[in-house]
Amino acid sequence: MPNPEELERTRERMERLNETAAGRRSEVWPERKPEFTTTSGVLVRRLYTPQDISDLDYSKDAGLPGEYPFMRGIHPTMYRGRLWTMRQFSGFGTAEETNRRFKYLLSEGETGLSVAFDYPTIMGYDSDHSMAYGEVGRCGVAVSSLLDMETLFEGIPLDRVSTSMTINGPAAMLLSMYIAVGQKQGVAPELLSGTTQNDMLKEFYAQKLCLFPPEPSVNLVVDIIEYCAKNLPMWNPVSISGYHIREAGANAVQELAFTLADGLAYVQATVDRGLAVDEFAHRLSFFFAVHNDLFEEVAKLRAARKLWAQFMKERFSAKSPRSMWMRMHVQTSGCALTAQQPFNNITRVAIQALAAVLGGTQSLHTNSFDEALALPSEEAVRIALRTQQIIAHESGVPNTIDPLGGSFYVETLTRQMEEEALKYIDKIEAMGGVFQAIEKGFLQKEIADSAYKYQKEIERKDRMVVGLNEYVGDGPREITLLKVSPEAEEVQLRKLRRTRKNRGGDRVQRTLGRLRQAAEENNNLMPYILDCVKAHCTLGEICQILRETYGAYQELVAF
Amino acid sequence: MSTEGLGSPSASVQRKIRALVAKPGLDSHDRGAKVVARALRDAGMEVIYTGLRQTPEQIVEAAMQEDVDVLCLSILSGAHMTLFPRIMDLMKRKDLHDVLVIAGGVIPDEDVSKLKDIGIAEVFGPGTLTPVVVDYIRRNLKRIS
Repeated sequence: MPNPEELERTRERMERLNETAAGRRSEVWPERKPEFTTTSGVLVRRLYTPQDISDLDYSKDAGLPGEYPFMRGIHPTMYRGRLWTMRQFSGFGTAEETNRRFKYLLSEGETGLSVAFDYPTIMGYDSDHSMAYGEVGRCGVAVSSLLDMETLFEGIPLDRVSTSMTINGPAAMLLSMYIAVGQKQGVAPELLSGTTQNDMLKEFYAQKLCLFPPEPSVNLVVDIIEYCAKNLPMWNPVSISGYHIREAGANAVQELAFTLADGLAYVQATVDRGLAVDEFAHRLSFFFAVHNDLFEEVAKLRAARKLWAQFMKERFSAKSPRSMWMRMHVQTSGCALTAQQPFNNITRVAIQALAAVLGGTQSLHTNSFDEALALPSEEAVRIALRTQQIIAHESGVPNTIDPLGGSFYVETLTRQMEEEALKYIDKIEAMGGVFQAIEKGFLQKEIADSAYKYQKEIERKDRMVVGLNEYVGDGPREITLLKVSPEAEEVQLRKLRRTRKNRGGDRVQRTLGRLRQAAEENNNLMPYILDCVKAHCTLGEICQILRETYGAYQELVAF
Repeated sequence: MSTEGLGSPSASVQRKIRALVAKPGLDSHDRGAKVVARALRDAGMEVIYTGLRQTPEQIVEAAMQEDVDVLCLSILSGAHMTLFPRIMDLMKRKDLHDVLVIAGGVIPDEDVSKLKDIGIAEVFGPGTLTPVVVDYIRRNLKRIS
């Protein structure tokens, strides 16, 4: 390690040299912009030198992979041992159609399933509810009852594959259906592995798919955390999600800060319920977006791991290293895709996926190039999956751990991400926490402001988007889009009518009655919901009981 | 519905353009709708935003109550071919012929012409620049022109 004077001399010398050379150069060829920034507005300097990271204490601030604070990765061998899970979010039409897509993806080398449910399911409505009209199977698969779930996983052994479910308000109901399908296949709950998104806090200010008001919603999240800690040791009960925060408009710093703030709130709520932190924290998982600014995204993921580990150790006194691990799933950015010149998106997705891998993710979804136009076609999904496989097997990137660690730039940026995120977290905590920040509309406004700023940057051409505001010549768009069959809704409605007719009505009423009572008495609802599901109560019926008990949620409308 | 006070051209010119930005359907992708709402407001229009998950009935009722000049529908759930015809049908039934209706969201090209046939004046897809929408509204208002 060079001494401080020597470093200072080096810095001065390099800056002088650079200024002189750059000065000469810029007389003939001025820099393209007066200043350069990341997408979050962090100022990017012309050059980074050893001076920028001279005060980093490597063993304390970064550590080795697999060691606190886990900035360089949570495992000591990372991808040299096991590659990330390639998990493509998919679902459309009926359970039969999606089951076929799942099997196709598994046969093409996908290593985990990820279910996209349709909007009625996500909102806790049955396919025959009046609000479901026109939406059944459109944006995901329709699941109204246990029978649909059985069809969805027909021929897929649940002890051999892990499944992620993007479901929040009705997470307890869908998880219960999954448990019931497993039991029917002869797979015990303790052998089920997967994830329920089950992150309600971000719903109130980012994704906005809310069934009940914030407090009972978070209670239900904690019910699932508690139930899984005792019964499903391999299940991730929550996926604390920055993805939707980012997609709604937040920049990378806001995504990082708000996600961590949500995570802290869940840990606190679960500790308040009486669980010891090391009983559940090791199963909390995270979900981030990766946008186009490659180094900023890598820095964000590195900073996220470090901050979480520090919070868990220092604030919550976690003892087990696993409780400090931030395990993450990453998805490439939907809002970075363009409808114009859609094939360009293949390149964008590759750059973003590379950032996710350089950032050390455990699991990755790559978007398909046609997703600004429709749900992805089979061909588009295959290219997206192949993009991951090329990074995994051809690029050489996974052969060493955290390859950008030690880069003057990336280390500086990582620290800036940490500092900026902490400022936001302090601000949220000064307001009284996430609940209050939501109630005041603070998080909503921050996101809306960033979204508008981003749009204006594009319109002023401060931000160039190839094919959109520059290099525009569109040409004919000759791609075949996926069409959800218009019969899907009809098929689903017929199936639902059959389910209602063939089930035992007494058992339905009995289990729903018990659920209502449990909700009124503030019990952990998971066992009651599981009983309802097994009695073939529909998703809508179960959610209706809770809507009646808790009241429905009305969003704060502002723009 | 009442259009009193809008009869004379001078009154219409002085009055700010009133826009209703509406989210039919169950999807919650409101980034675009909010950006458009803010851009219209910044362009000097009076903007009402409905919030998420409005039924066709609620949207048409709001358009009538708020006496709007333009209705901007945003949908990304794929349910446009069922929900938009319902909205347009209700608009007709409520006699709101002079309200300009435009739409935005993820809407495949092949549906655009069908939507135009039912009276949706224009469809703005992903990547649309907001000045294009502002300009379109100004040039195509049915009431003021």
